[in-house]
Amino acid sequence: MATKVIMPKLSPTMEEGQISRWLKKEGDKVSMGEPLAEIDTDKATMEMQALANGVLRKILINEGQSAPLGQTIAVIGEPNEDIASLVSEAAAAPKKQEQEQEQEQQQVQEQPAAPPQPQPQAKAAAASAQPSSRVDGRQPQAATADSGRLIVSPLAARMAAEAGIDLRSLQGSGPGGRIIKKDIEAAISQPKAAPAPQTFPRAVEPGRFPQAAASGYRDEPSSEIRKVIAKRLVTSLGPVPHFFLTTEIEMDRAAEMRKGINALDPDLKISINDIIIADVAEELTQYPEVNASFQEKSIRYYEHADVGVAVAIEDGLITPVVRSADQKSLSEIAAEVRELAERARSRRLKPEEYTGASFSISNLGMFGIDEFTAVINPPEGAILAVGAMSAKPVVRDNEIVIRQMMRVTMSCDHRVIDGATGARFLQTFKKILENPLYLVV
Amino acid sequence: MSTITIREALNQALREELARDETVFLMGEEVAEYDGAYKVTKGLLKEFGPKRVIDTPITELGFSGLGVGAAMVGLRPVVEFMTFNFSILATDQIINSAAKMLYMSGGQFNIPIVFRGPGGSAFQVSSQHSQALESWYAYFPGIKVVMPSTAADAKGLLKSSIRDDDPVVFIEQERMYGNKGEVPDDPDFTIPLGVADVKREGTDVTIVARSLMVPVALKAAEQLEQQGVSCEVVDPRTIRPLDIDTIVASVKKTNRVVVAEESHPICSVGAEIATQIMERAFDYLDAPVKRISGADVPMPYAKNLEQLAIPDVNRIVAAVREVAYLD
Repeated sequence: MATKVIMPKLSPTMEEGQISRWLKKEGDKVSMGEPLAEIDTDKATMEMQALANGVLRKILINEGQSAPLGQTIAVIGEPNEDIASLVSEAAAAPKKQEQEQEQEQQQVQEQPAAPPQPQPQAKAAAASAQPSSRVDGRQPQAATADSGRLIVSPLAARMAAEAGIDLRSLQGSGPGGRIIKKDIEAAISQPKAAPAPQTFPRAVEPGRFPQAAASGYRDEPSSEIRKVIAKRLVTSLGPVPHFFLTTEIEMDRAAEMRKGINALDPDLKISINDIIIADVAEELTQYPEVNASFQEKSIRYYEHADVGVAVAIEDGLITPVVRSADQKSLSEIAAEVRELAERARSRRLKPEEYTGASFSISNLGMFGIDEFTAVINPPEGAILAVGAMSAKPVVRDNEIVIRQMMRVTMSCDHRVIDGATGARFLQTFKKILENPLYLVV
Repeated sequence: MSTITIREALNQALREELARDETVFLMGEEVAEYDGAYKVTKGLLKEFGPKRVIDTPITELGFSGLGVGAAMVGLRPVVEFMTFNFSILATDQIINSAAKMLYMSGGQFNIPIVFRGPGGSAFQVSSQHSQALESWYAYFPGIKVVMPSTAADAKGLLKSSIRDDDPVVFIEQERMYGNKGEVPDDPDFTIPLGVADVKREGTDVTIVARSLMVPVALKAAEQLEQQGVSCEVVDPRTIRPLDIDTIVASVKKTNRVVVAEESHPICSVGAEIATQIMERAFDYLDAPVKRISGADVPMPYAKNLEQLAIPDVNRIVAAVREVAYLD
């Protein structure tokens, strides 16, 4: 019997996928479990496996094209079977996506290639990893009921659709978090970050403002990852009340320690960032109130320090997670970060490897940035923005001396972390980074 | 314009229609010699004589049937029920004869009859005499149901009802007979059936109210105005045919609606209005439609309990604040 191949949910935040490459051609035999296509999700390129035996009869979504979750992208059937009805049904499908999505998720769970849980490294690690990404794979939304469903008044839903506002970026002010007219009006009145050009520049009246013609531009379709970055970040700075703490840290000893360790064993390749990760992990265990996230009705405290490390990749960024960094040695952290970053750049990370951190670090020091503020990746409680290390004159014992200085800024979710808590965290972080031998005792 | 009570306005309407059309006659318990139990037919016997204004025995089913027969042969009877609670005895004639006759006779017999009298709650007359029966009659195709809330509406709508060629159930409100209002003096002043009236304009919340609830809603709207909430009060005036377009237009403007009624909530006219709003204006609703109804109990005799069973200003104010997300 002919079966539809539908766009599977391959990452927790995926809403649509782009066919990167078909691994089978129309007419090829396929068997269940065999790789069928490579799909670009919002975060990575994943293999999709066939869920039926037969022949790949029809490809409906070509390489480079996108389809929302649940949409039929191909048909598998017997060589001579009539598939006309399935194909025409698929053409009318976009209306039915939603329903199929559910069914879809079940199928993916059966797929052996994408186990939803991390390897059973330590029971505790799994336990701390899971709560930070919900069981249904969706991130907690601003305006959801306990069931995880958006609650929107019919009017608000229509207004949002007309204004092109993403309801998931809003916090409902009605009962039970219902998004109502007022919330949409507030969202509309907020200036948009980058208003899309509504009309093409018109020809100006001859003789008037001859030099005022608009400069040319080109529109490129947003990539999947760019769309997700956009969607995720507006769920942050809008609803999450950020505050920022900055401190300057003397890095001479950390640099010295790094040099010393790498001199002992050049293969270790410890970086300053690895030392920062180790320090953050240490502080997160000392300050459990920072190792926490806001969950609407509760605050979730994590048992271990799962530290996200922002990695710039072509066309975006991704934050692989060093699980239970508090239980790992500096060399283990260094090796793991290096390996995760490499796979991130080739877009081969599994979803569970880049979700569910409790705290993230973003380092732009390599670009010579002195200091910056980073946007929290919800539902994490904080993020540390690390600037460049550079030699600066500082006053020590009434003498001007030259020291390697580095500025860090921590962005905190004020719903979980208060100013004094964040300040104490940063103070201890600084003390240890200035005396990094603490990390090895 | 003169300022008169609803009682006087109804009396004027009857007098004018009796004078205008000699096929019109009144019939009911105590309507002639006694001037009507609520004095709505005051002076009409003297003016039009016993052939036009007829006292009947206490036989609601009987004289309603007489009325239907008279209508079939070309008269325009106005049948008064002392209260609509007693119309329950006459439902076979109203529903099975009057409402069905045009249809079952293949269009041969119009039934231009008016069944009128007070309905709803009164003052401590307890369960059997305090019933709002409009949803019963509005349920049936073939009958029009009218419920005025002001003196002008009472006069204009009763005259239209008498002139209408279909059976009309015209429900007055016992507590409201003494309410005064301005009424045009023009003897040809009528108000068409099936047209709602916006009793007060507003922008934030629509209150749909009929009969007794109209003055209550208007008072609530005044209080809410002081709280910064602008209410629009829409009175459908005719329950069947229902002017849903006016209600929907108001809801599209305000996005929030409270339906107030003194009847019981289950299967009520308010339930019907709420449903039609949902069907026609779903995408304009910013909050669920809120209904305020009479208590779902037989009307208590005790004064304090009776007061609690009938919706009041406070309940409507609270409902409006709820749908406006103010509490």
